[in-house]
Amino acid sequence: MVDQTRMLTGVMDATDDVIVTGPSIYVYEAPVRLWHWGNALCITILAVTGYLIGSPPPTMPGEASGSFLFGYIRFAHFAAGQVLAVAFLARILWAFWGNKYSRQIFYLPVWEKTWWKGVIREARWYLFLEKEPYKYIGHNPLAHTAMFAMFTLFNLGMIITGFALYSEGTGRDSWQAKAFGWVFDIWPNSQDVHTLHHLGMWVIVIFAIVHIYAAVREDIMSRQTMISTMISGERQFRDEREG
Amino acid sequence: MGSATETFYDVIRRQGITRRSFVKFCNLTAASLGLGSVAASQMAHALETKPRIPVIWMHGLECTCCSESFIRSAHPLAKDVVLSMVSLDYDDTLMAAAGHQAEAILQETREKYKGGYILAVEGNPPLNEDGMYCIDGGRPFVEKLKEMAEDAMAVIAWGACASWGCVQAAKPNPTQAVPIDKVIRDKPIIKVPGCPPIAEVMTGVISYILTFGKMPELDRQGRPKMFYSQRIHDKCYRRPHFDAGQFVESWDDESARKGYCLYKVGCKGPTTYNACSTVRWNGGVSFPIQSGHGCIGCSEEGFWDKGTFYDRLTTIRQFGVEATADQIGLLAAGAVVGGVAVHTAATAVKRLTSKHDPHRRNEQQ
Repeated sequence: MVDQTRMLTGVMDATDDVIVTGPSIYVYEAPVRLWHWGNALCITILAVTGYLIGSPPPTMPGEASGSFLFGYIRFAHFAAGQVLAVAFLARILWAFWGNKYSRQIFYLPVWEKTWWKGVIREARWYLFLEKEPYKYIGHNPLAHTAMFAMFTLFNLGMIITGFALYSEGTGRDSWQAKAFGWVFDIWPNSQDVHTLHHLGMWVIVIFAIVHIYAAVREDIMSRQTMISTMISGERQFRDEREG
Repeated sequence: MGSATETFYDVIRRQGITRRSFVKFCNLTAASLGLGSVAASQMAHALETKPRIPVIWMHGLECTCCSESFIRSAHPLAKDVVLSMVSLDYDDTLMAAAGHQAEAILQETREKYKGGYILAVEGNPPLNEDGMYCIDGGRPFVEKLKEMAEDAMAVIAWGACASWGCVQAAKPNPTQAVPIDKVIRDKPIIKVPGCPPIAEVMTGVISYILTFGKMPELDRQGRPKMFYSQRIHDKCYRRPHFDAGQFVESWDDESARKGYCLYKVGCKGPTTYNACSTVRWNGGVSFPIQSGHGCIGCSEEGFWDKGTFYDRLTTIRQFGVEATADQIGLLAAGAVVGGVAVHTAATAVKRLTSKHDPHRRNEQQ
């Protein structure tokens, strides 16, 4: 870690005063950042079009041959869904290649005591019981838990139910039906799968709200950068104290 | 009921039907099964040579709508199926025999055609109180069903009752009615769901088994692929309005008069596998969507328990009160946004009230 850490010296403002020193480290590699923002765009498109598929906009005037509105809404949903799925697969592959922080969202180290201590400490910070949070290079344990439980698992669930529902249109002999048809062994009536897929959307929307709030709050309140880290990949720490 | 060694062809010739009519019938049936012209001659050959298959048709907890539908089949006519194609040895609703005579036929068929008869089941067995909620011939239907299934070649589950449970298995299901595949586990079961199933689908399934001497190809849920592999929605004649985004908003609006898509008023066509939009009903006259009402999904599992028939987003009961996914999601998201707002305010208050000096970051606070 130490060799990666670069001490910033000679950072100055217009009047040549040295105004800040602080170590920084490269955490989120380019593929992770690209995936993060691409994924965010896909989720936005999917949530909006998905909501509209459940509650369609007002009726279109004119002849049926004159418009294809609902077709386009569904196309956008299916296209974004397939991009999201392929991106998720690529992200899983990157977890094997990338640094150790790229693996975090795929599992919770529940066997590690320090991790549990971190969850409690971070929860206490959010309950205003701690003066300041710890510094973390990757995700803090509470954020890590939320990402795994509300994003990774539900994203996977949405991909599976999404492809299962898509297979209803592509037909019984399609690869989608062969790969994901087992979903209908669990819920034989696909109306149930539609409802679950819709509920899953709300879980991810709630995750997005919490995620954005926490990122903004930590960017202001914590001892490290958050939002810019997901843009440049570089995490900067605002102090050098331990603990 | 005739001898089962007689062929279909013998019977219809005896009834005075010409060979020309017989070949026409084969062609029509082949066409309705989606088979080519070669299949028609195969079908004719089969009906000329194969002995008629004995069919036992049992009735459990049900409303008999499957039988009502069946006897209205136009291609082939139900009369032809019952009197000629198969040897319907037992059907307590249609048969002339009654009482002990009728019951004797069951035992006779079981012994004489061991492993060679088709057991068609309409309705389902209730299991509560040892099956006392459905007594048939003096004993619980479930016992009779298990007994007859033991020596059957194959089992046909007619309708939503036998396939999925239907209304008697809807919550809270006091009689504990179950679909027949919960009771018969060691025999192939062909599910022909619907409340009722389409007449031509019912006779089509029997014709197929008789012609080819084997079960039709089934899907994951055990339904014949030839009738249940596509949704009502996939072949709906109102589908262009769906893609265009033209929907009926309420039952008496302009869109309803123009025959737009019934998706927004709860049509279950997009989640229902059946042949209504292609085969249609009453000899191809119409089907629910054509008459202006959405599909209620009667051939789908537990369709009584999936909330209202008139909303696209159906209600979920697991949360104590009935609510749609959107209502639950909006409430939860609203609560989270509220929580975030309160937390933001608390953070700001805490920050303003505590001493905060950014120049002393590197010292213990």
